[in-house]
Amino acid sequence: MAKRIGIEVSLAISEAVKLANVDAIAAYPITPQTHIVEHLSELVADGELQAEFIPVESEHSAMSVCAGTSAAGARTYTATSSQGLALMNEILFIIPAMRLPVVMTIANRSLSGPISIWNDHSDLMSVRDTGWIAIFAENGQEAFDLTLQSFKIAEDHRVMLPISVNIDGFTLSHVIEPHEFLDQAEVDSFLPPYEPLVQLNPDKPVSMGMVGIPEIYFEAKKAQDMVLIESKAVIKEVFKEFGEKFGRYYHVIESYRTDDAETLLMTMGSISETAMEAIDIMKDEQGRKVGLIRLRLWRPFPHEELRELLRGVKTLAVVDRAVSFGSPGGPVATEVRSALYNSENAPYVASFIAGLGGRDVTIEHFTTMVDMAERMAEQREVHEYKMIGVRE
Amino acid sequence: MAKNFNEMTWKEFDIAFMVTNPGCSADYRTGDWRSQKPVTDKSKCIKCGVCYLACPDDAIRLAADGTYDFDYDHCKGCGICATECWTGCISMVEEEK
Ligand code: SF4
Ligand code: SF4
Repeated sequence: MAKRIGIEVSLAISEAVKLANVDAIAAYPITPQTHIVEHLSELVADGELQAEFIPVESEHSAMSVCAGTSAAGARTYTATSSQGLALMNEILFIIPAMRLPVVMTIANRSLSGPISIWNDHSDLMSVRDTGWIAIFAENGQEAFDLTLQSFKIAEDHRVMLPISVNIDGFTLSHVIEPHEFLDQAEVDSFLPPYEPLVQLNPDKPVSMGMVGIPEIYFEAKKAQDMVLIESKAVIKEVFKEFGEKFGRYYHVIESYRTDDAETLLMTMGSISETAMEAIDIMKDEQGRKVGLIRLRLWRPFPHEELRELLRGVKTLAVVDRAVSFGSPGGPVATEVRSALYNSENAPYVASFIAGLGGRDVTIEHFTTMVDMAERMAEQREVHEYKMIGVRE
Repeated sequence: MAKNFNEMTWKEFDIAFMVTNPGCSADYRTGDWRSQKPVTDKSKCIKCGVCYLACPDDAIRLAADGTYDFDYDHCKGCGICATECWTGCISMVEEEK
């Protein structure tokens, strides 16, 4: 039976990885991801998890090892953050192109410079176009559940793509929360052992990572994008099966008190918890027609679901936690605007950037954003983006 | 011969463009970027086989009469055979469309 355990979110993720019965883990410790792989190394050392734990000298090597173990048919896991993710960059592109279902936790942290160990989403945004599925968890329970679901999604033969499960560094990774654990039998009933579609095997030789001459490179990229786009259906299937089995339902976009809402906030990750409180206050105390949607799935981007959810909504305030330097908005807002551009009755989209480098995003900030967005929508103000909480 | 890469659509390749059938260039036309091709005036050929030994691409075949023919699917048009031929009976001519 499921147990309720108070545990640090990082350790809960490690326990999920153990329950997923991974075969290989390669990782380099980087703040604030360190506790995850530290705990996994203990589990392996203590014999609680039968896996190869491969300590490497950098994240570039960690991801290279993951490519190798996954190609050899091992269920493969790693975790990283910030500069570590940046150092993996070269190999990050190769993993999805080779259709290797590696699962990686990213404890999101801002990128240097200035040097910062604190949380925002600039690390993930820097690898936006590598071809990985990217999922966001909002709290520890979601991080635990999504880790388990990720293996199933990644390894589905219709998908065979890597996944990053994003959790906010420190604000999520280092807090102790109550988690509903699943026991081994429950996990086994949900997650079958990894069956590679093709693998490196001397008895049945294949060549992987081929040269893409001009005659095939274009086709290779088309095939890769199509499979990423189509993975959304499998992601929804796995979310549904998990919900039916364990009672916790996940959606590619979650909505919170959106009935009859005319103005919506849109967030990703753990700030959504504060945003919910802000929505409660605005709705219950001020009677305002507001609601919240939070993006669970960043890649593949859920365009249709977004358009569906926004039907009848007048104003959308998108909260980004990264800067896309020189662009007309935050990365999420730019994506949202482009998804809505040709649709009829699209809401006014206000782009806000908040909470960079560990800066708190408060209830007041969310209220301010809603106020500003409504005012700007009324005046149809043409704008790029506005930063909230920065000293002018 | 396997279907040429440049005739296949994105749906026809193996997953991640893996090569699942071990093979070699014998299965493909690799000489299609040649701009000049060797031709032999067989009346002058002394059947010495130097061209056959010199070809870096193994694109020269022994014919039934003891002279040598070119495998134009694989000949790259490098001209080494023409340079090495004792009797000068091989000449390089422009490829035509
Ligand atoms: S031109 Fe070069 S490749 Fe062609 S047959 Fe002569 S030596 Fe061989
Ligand atoms: S090198 Fe010249 S002469 Fe000798 S076999 Fe070849 S074509 Fe004939």
